[in-house]
Amino acid sequence: MNHSIHFTVNGERYDISVPAHHTLLQVLREQLVLTGTKNGCEAGECGACAVLIQWPGGARPEPVNSCMVLAPEADGAEIITIEGLAHDDQLDPLQEAFIATGATQCGFCTPGILVNARALLDRNPDPTDTEIREALVGNLCRCTGYVRIIDAVKLAARAGKEVGR
Amino acid sequence: MKQESGVRSQESGNRGQGAVPNPQSLIPNTQSRKHSIIGASPQRIEGRAKVTGAATYVDDMQFGPNLLHGMIKHSPMAHAIIKRIDVSKAKALPGVRVVVTGEDFPGFTGLYLKDRRLFALDRVRYVGEAVAAVAADTPEIAQQALDLIEIEYEPLPGVFDPEFGASPAAPLVHPDLANYECVPFIFPQAGTNISNWFKVRKGDMDKGWAEADLIYEHKYRVPHVQHVPLETHVCVAQQDAGGGKITLWSSSQSPFAQRNLIAKALHISHSKLRVITPYVGGGFGSKAGLSIEGAAVALAMGAKGRPVKLRMTREEEFYTTFVRQGLVAHIKMGMTREGRITAMQNTFYWDGGASTEYGTNITRAAGYSGTGPYYVPNIHVDSLCVYTNHPVGGAMRGFGMPEIHWGIEQHIDQMAEKLGLDPVQVRLINCLKDGDETLTGMTMHPTGLSQCIRKAAEAIGWTSPAPGSGRSPTGPNGGTIGRPAPAADSHKRRGKGLAAMWKAPAMPPNPGSSATVRMNEDGTATVSIGGVDIGQGALTAMAQLAAEGLGVKIEDVRVNTVDTDYSPYEWQTVASRLTWSMGNAVLQAAENARYQILKTVAEAWGEDINDLDIIDGEVISYRTEESRPLRDLVIYGLQRPDGTWIGGPVVGQGKFMPEYVTPLDPQTGQGPRAVVHFTTGCQAVEVEVDAETGEVQVLKIVSAYDVGRAINPDMVRTQMEGGAVQGMSTALLEGIILQSGVPKNPNFTDYRIATSVDAPPELESIIVEVPQDDGPFGARGIGEHPMVPTAPAIANAVYNAVGVRIDSMPITSEKVWAALHR
Repeated sequence: MNHSIHFTVNGERYDISVPAHHTLLQVLREQLVLTGTKNGCEAGECGACAVLIQWPGGARPEPVNSCMVLAPEADGAEIITIEGLAHDDQLDPLQEAFIATGATQCGFCTPGILVNARALLDRNPDPTDTEIREALVGNLCRCTGYVRIIDAVKLAARAGKEVGR
Repeated sequence: MKQESGVRSQESGNRGQGAVPNPQSLIPNTQSRKHSIIGASPQRIEGRAKVTGAATYVDDMQFGPNLLHGMIKHSPMAHAIIKRIDVSKAKALPGVRVVVTGEDFPGFTGLYLKDRRLFALDRVRYVGEAVAAVAADTPEIAQQALDLIEIEYEPLPGVFDPEFGASPAAPLVHPDLANYECVPFIFPQAGTNISNWFKVRKGDMDKGWAEADLIYEHKYRVPHVQHVPLETHVCVAQQDAGGGKITLWSSSQSPFAQRNLIAKALHISHSKLRVITPYVGGGFGSKAGLSIEGAAVALAMGAKGRPVKLRMTREEEFYTTFVRQGLVAHIKMGMTREGRITAMQNTFYWDGGASTEYGTNITRAAGYSGTGPYYVPNIHVDSLCVYTNHPVGGAMRGFGMPEIHWGIEQHIDQMAEKLGLDPVQVRLINCLKDGDETLTGMTMHPTGLSQCIRKAAEAIGWTSPAPGSGRSPTGPNGGTIGRPAPAADSHKRRGKGLAAMWKAPAMPPNPGSSATVRMNEDGTATVSIGGVDIGQGALTAMAQLAAEGLGVKIEDVRVNTVDTDYSPYEWQTVASRLTWSMGNAVLQAAENARYQILKTVAEAWGEDINDLDIIDGEVISYRTEESRPLRDLVIYGLQRPDGTWIGGPVVGQGKFMPEYVTPLDPQTGQGPRAVVHFTTGCQAVEVEVDAETGEVQVLKIVSAYDVGRAINPDMVRTQMEGGAVQGMSTALLEGIILQSGVPKNPNFTDYRIATSVDAPPELESIIVEVPQDDGPFGARGIGEHPMVPTAPAIANAVYNAVGVRIDSMPITSEKVWAALHR
């Protein structure tokens, strides 16, 4: 059975028909061809598919594993994916920081970590090491050992403070 | 120093037979010129693509509505005869386009030993083995079709332990082993489950034991672990309609090896198979060689021109592609009271799983490295690759070395403690030095191993006891280091430990690399290579080498991902060999392009080539101070004074293949040059153990490795950091639980890997540089090594903290708690 839903993704409005059993991850990757969001486990255990979602009536975007959201549930939501993090070729300070600190290796976990870290800095612009580690505990990375990722989030937080973001 | 059967050098730098000449160079050597990009740390050249989501991985590629969805029917049985397969109902299901079974593709494949079929034929040998595959219009239909395939099995007794498997009592997993084809350096034992037996026999064991003041023997275990790349195995195969050319888009470390293995297995020409590898979301060895890709090609051959995608679920990834082999290691060592090793007798029983097509070479590598990084005069090593009814063992970061060092490096600590010696000093006494003879009779090349041990010990705050004090710092509660110690009444205990390592690139004697450097109209360069950036930073390192060899800025170098139709040959992205081997090829290609450019300019300007140089993309003459940007000449050439033209499009080419590795005697493992080189290093850790819960927290890991020359020091450090945490993760958390061959924890809830909260608060990486004579600018590999000694270093630190020795990986809270309460 299909559902007609509408939502915005990275500011673009979509009115689409989705199979009831498809996840938001499938819709983003297969129907919208926004493939920056990755499929790592389809069980909500690795964080590679994380996106930001502001539910109807919600106060702010919050990170979710898009493999754990059924597409019809996203009706009326505002969604931000990795493709929506930069603005007009201007990278998000987190993206700049990930490049500068060498926080990405194979890159497969990077989109999910970036959107999750964005949500962290939006609610807590000056997180401690412990707060960063706890915020990212659901995002598995097998390459970096996490230390550069934590450094990158701290660097972006400092950069954000400097520009008054 | 005694000179029993082997040669122990006096640290005089004697290179002996090990020395090899530099690869031939076509022009004045870049490596002797001043260089600016080598040893600098430019950012990852594909970094922007990876942080914006623009980087395309196989599953991101679009194949349109014609795409078929492949799925594999796996065996639920560990060992059974296939009595009957009926695919008729699956074939009849609307939307099912292809169904294949072992009968369609009965041939064998394999990298070192051809013991594996694309699909099981007469029997299944592990839970998860591919028995059939389907391709359908939707994943839902494909799943339904799998459920409709009827298979009748007759269970057989299984082999679930390598020591039992090696015994005459064990049922045979591969009764036809004697008939399998294999490379000449693998020694299957007909009529047994032993698919390779690597032996080292050196010196006089009786003499070695007689000279020892302490002889100690212990057994160590390592479970199967999974690589856990965040991107699971995925590929898409398509055959041009009418049985034409086949294209395979594959998340792979080995596009060329996959082309070779599939072409041979399916009896098609290499030129009729094209493998394309875009970005790869991690490999760690799991995507080396061939696993699911043959099945995708098999499905595509029946799909009438439609592309077929095969993507492993996370559960499938855990046990149906490759796992790291399990190991049971018997270590016996003799040592004098001064701490000199007199003899070692090590037997490694490898749990190779149901196929050892790749694992046989891991056991070989373990054999020729089987003493650890030490000079030992009297040696008896047996490394046995044993078939079991477990998942298939394959390459994983470290290629046997983390497994054997788990026992060897704990054993060194135990010997030291029993003799009242400092384990750092014991390692320094015995570790291999320039000119020493290794266990296979090879002369050790210049190595920074002693430096690495000293630096790691110093950085962790190791305090050696005063000579003659009789106190061993490895004993319980040996002390704390430079951070606030837990309160005296706390149940938390601090400890520190250390482990050394060595590892050679494990590969055939002659794996080749090649590269081209093509100039573009705007003066930029395009580098084509056949090796894959799986996250380690190969694209950036190659860009640096090309920029340096050519004389352009790194921003003006682009490096292609792999397409076997256009990329030059590369054996595989394994063995930490790309920076060294492919790096030599890229550097040579860049120097070749540079030579072509300078030759043209010299002729057009009437100058001596030695007066010319290329700096930041400009050809300059030191004589006339004239300069010209590359964009003016690298495609169109230059005009001579008489109005004619010279030059043309510049394409540089380079290649590298080691030509000096020798065979080893099958009975003794002896030969002049077993391997190309060894990367050596040491890790030191500090842990905190909760004596009430048994929980181990790693506070700091120091890594010190001799990388020859760091092409990109910052990326070298990222390898050390990532490897240390992966090593820590395997040490504390990981292990596939197999009950009668059935994997019980194939998911991230039950198989935990280290997360951001588990990573140590502090990681320190120390680069030691003792140049490799045939590496580009002296470089050798560092990709795998950083996880080799981590686990035994942690085990030694846990012992130091609470006095319990955990000899089977992983060091879980339960094991520590149980040992404390024994």
